Amino acid sequence: MTDPSWIDAALTAARPQAVGALLRYFRNLDIAEEAFQEACLRALKNWPKNGPPRDPTAWLIFVGRNSAIDTVRRQTKQQPLPPEEVLSDLEDAESTIVEKIDSADYRDDILRLLFICCHPDLPATQQIALALRIVSGLSVRQIARAFLVGESAMEQRITRAKGRVSSGEIPFETPDAFERAERLAAVGAMVYLIFNEGYSAGSTEVEARFPLCDEAIRLARLLLRIFPTEPEIMGLTALLLLQHARAKARFDAQGAVVLLDNQDRNLWNQTMIAEGLALIDKAMRHRRPGPYLIQAAIAALHARAKRPEDTDWLEIDLLYAALEQITPSPVITLNRSIAVAKVRGPEEALILIEPLEDRLSGYFHFFGVKGGLLMQLGRKQEARVAFDRAIALANTPAEAAHIRMHLDRLSQN
Amino acid sequence: MLYAILCYNMEDVVGSWTKEEDDLVMERLGAVQEKLAKSGKLGPVARLLPTTAATTLRKSGGEHLVIDGPFAETKEQFLGFYVVDCASLDEVLDITRDLAEANPGQGSYEIRPIGIFRPGSNFQ
Repeated sequence: MTDPSWIDAALTAARPQAVGALLRYFRNLDIAEEAFQEACLRALKNWPKNGPPRDPTAWLIFVGRNSAIDTVRRQTKQQPLPPEEVLSDLEDAESTIVEKIDSADYRDDILRLLFICCHPDLPATQQIALALRIVSGLSVRQIARAFLVGESAMEQRITRAKGRVSSGEIPFETPDAFERAERLAAVGAMVYLIFNEGYSAGSTEVEARFPLCDEAIRLARLLLRIFPTEPEIMGLTALLLLQHARAKARFDAQGAVVLLDNQDRNLWNQTMIAEGLALIDKAMRHRRPGPYLIQAAIAALHARAKRPEDTDWLEIDLLYAALEQITPSPVITLNRSIAVAKVRGPEEALILIEPLEDRLSGYFHFFGVKGGLLMQLGRKQEARVAFDRAIALANTPAEAAHIRMHLDRLSQN
Repeated sequence: MLYAILCYNMEDVVGSWTKEEDDLVMERLGAVQEKLAKSGKLGPVARLLPTTAATTLRKSGGEHLVIDGPFAETKEQFLGFYVVDCASLDEVLDITRDLAEANPGQGSYEIRPIGIFRPGSNFQ
């Protein structure tokens, strides 16, 4: 007997490799997807009866390839499909195909499949939707739910994105080392976008969007399995794990945002934290820290602190300084100011962020942080002005409610 | 006699379980473990983090080579183990069947009699 939930998981796990390989054979995304779909249908019929194959992915590629060839033949010659028994007896064929597809092909197949979703003409949300559809195999309905849009709108969005991708040239030649690194960077950024789409949701949307965070972590682990020595992929995976570990503590029962300092640390997922910390340790040995690894290291210092007052803010300040060096950005400086305020006081932090106001004039968090620093310095009137602007720029009701709480505190004192 | 039950499974498949599915498997395995613990047959139990978190130190020719990832590239990965105290292989096999039954995955369970066992510190 083969458990249906195991079959589902096996099909999901095999999808990136199988669709990637089928895409290489047929050089057409629609045919590759249909072929995989057909192979899944046969697996659902065949596996419970005959037991699961030794290598589900190889089975799906083999069956998918045959069925697509049949379809093409049928369309040209109107020939009948081969009987099911022929396809069921795959034991021998399976081992030969496994030998033929070596691991290097697999790696580039998966990378290519993810990479075509990062088409530069596609806006970020379409890249994410396309990857969730093609690589993860989520249904249009699931994706629509996660993006809080209607199913038909999402269907259109994905169809349009697919059109862009297939009309463009999909790079089928085997990438050289430089191209491979470029693709990996683009794909890593997209996985991060998928995560953020889930992570930045407000409390009311969290239930619908959590699966996006889980899926991003699954994709990051997949990338790490095929590129096991890339410190930035270790860093990316660690960053996602450490952030997601806090998920349960980020909102209170009323749906209001709970800041790091006030979170119930017992709600943090210690298994995810352990995995994140292990990956950072591994990555640090390579001695070429990139932006993901540094951000993960910052998240790790928070995760390691049993109580908020145990946080190593000095080290966090240093890590942000390193991050500013590699990828200068006003948002990073803004984040650094929080560590600066803890280490050297709110006045220094305010001096650090004041020059950023022009560039961050439309950014909720800038005015939230500025208001907070002014409040600490007792400059109530200025704090109120900053908080008012933050509320006007809030992205979610929870963000606005959080700032209102500060305003209430200001008027009480 | 003490035996180790070493659990091998396809980690990408296990990693594709939803949280609910994973919780359910853990609950079912927990029930088997509780029964064993009550009869005093259960020693240490471990579920390992994914192989992507693994590091290998390989000693060859006096050199210590540190490699990212697990030692062997295999279809099924070593994902966890149990130590049990049993009178016979048949008894371990029964326990292993219960564990296998509680887990919807495929996978293999290697039963290895233990030569030297030191429980070490009692970690929390």
